[in-house]
Amino acid sequence: MTGPFPIEYAGSASKDAPAPATPRNVPNRGGAVNPSAADLRTRFGASIRRVDVVWGETNVYVAPEAVLDIIRWLHDDPSQRYDYLSDVTAVEYRDLEQPIEVVWHLRSLPYRRFLRVKAQLTKNRPLEIPSVWSIYKSADWLERECFDMFGIMFVGHPDLRRILMWEQYREGFPLRKDFPLRGRFSRAEQLRQALAANPEARYSMEELSIADAFEDLPTEMRQRLRSGERTGE
Amino acid sequence: MGLTPRPEHRVVEYDPSSQEGWVATRLDFLVNWGRANSLWPMPFGTACCAIEFMATAASRFDLARFGMERMSFSPRQADVLICAGRVPFKLAPVIRRIWQQMAQPKWAISMGACASSGGMFDNYAVVQGIDTIIPVDVYVPGCPPRPEGLMYGIMMLQEKVKRERMNDATLRNEMEPDPKSQLWIPAPTIDELSEPFGNSVHQTRSGL
Repeated sequence: MTGPFPIEYAGSASKDAPAPATPRNVPNRGGAVNPSAADLRTRFGASIRRVDVVWGETNVYVAPEAVLDIIRWLHDDPSQRYDYLSDVTAVEYRDLEQPIEVVWHLRSLPYRRFLRVKAQLTKNRPLEIPSVWSIYKSADWLERECFDMFGIMFVGHPDLRRILMWEQYREGFPLRKDFPLRGRFSRAEQLRQALAANPEARYSMEELSIADAFEDLPTEMRQRLRSGERTGE
Repeated sequence: MGLTPRPEHRVVEYDPSSQEGWVATRLDFLVNWGRANSLWPMPFGTACCAIEFMATAASRFDLARFGMERMSFSPRQADVLICAGRVPFKLAPVIRRIWQQMAQPKWAISMGACASSGGMFDNYAVVQGIDTIIPVDVYVPGCPPRPEGLMYGIMMLQEKVKRERMNDATLRNEMEPDPKSQLWIPAPTIDELSEPFGNSVHQTRSGL
């Protein structure tokens, strides 16, 4: 089978990894550790702060300044091959002294591994963390959502703006613990600001990327567009 | 304390100059009969109410019996806006624009608890009732309403349509939002309409 990109079959790199099955009798703490955690310790040493196994899944706490190197290594190294970033999110605890955690969910399809990488950000300084957009393009919208809800600045993200709330939203970051559930403004003020938004002004040409798609169109359609034919409105 | 005589209801006071003529009332009847039985809905489905709305339109409940089987996905050809589901603030300018694009005569049905009052979503993201954005004719309660409930709301709207009179010019007044704030009812009224109820009254808000 051929395709425009190399096809990776799940479990192709490790024949002994068990096929996916419904986990049974998984302990709350402890159990089998993802072998990538030990590899990370030998490779990065002190940057790996802690390794937990919670409900059969391995959490690796890493130093925030080393996140980009660690995730790039996990992605590139032939012994790891974490080729799928399924989520980027953050956790804020009710105890306001606790640091905010930024969480990456990584999955290695060839090795059938799942790894959760966490970095802790203390609140007495700007919440900044390197963006992994240069490694995984799927981080684009995930990091935008995390920025929108938690206010974490992903340094190196190409287009860090709000994604769920509208761009002129001025009330703060809704999933932070100090955010009141109904928002900070009165309902009339919220409605006034929402109605002031232009619904057509939300899309950037980068998102639509019509210009990029032009070369992929069939020849006949390209000729019609070049000749100035307009689509109906 | 004696008995007061009951007013004589059978006596009808008749002032010919204040009444409509036979032709006007018959024409009203004809026009309203036609309108009420061919209301083309503009489905604005945003949540689970839209599933019930689809069930209402499907064969078991069959909106075609009301002449409504033609969903008008363009607001220009729609008569009744059916808002099925919660409306977040991000959609507020969208539903406002759809309402303004609909041609007169037009009506609106707010289907379900969330569209009518915000429902359980008394939070930062959800509009507390679409009547703060557009005028609403019929509110259908339920979470979500069963198809029978929606059909009852539609029949109430049909009753309302049948009672309209063509010499009542106020019926066709276009809603004019305040050009500065884009609100069409005063801000204190919106705040009052959005007041929390039930368990949520104990939550705090830092005001602006």
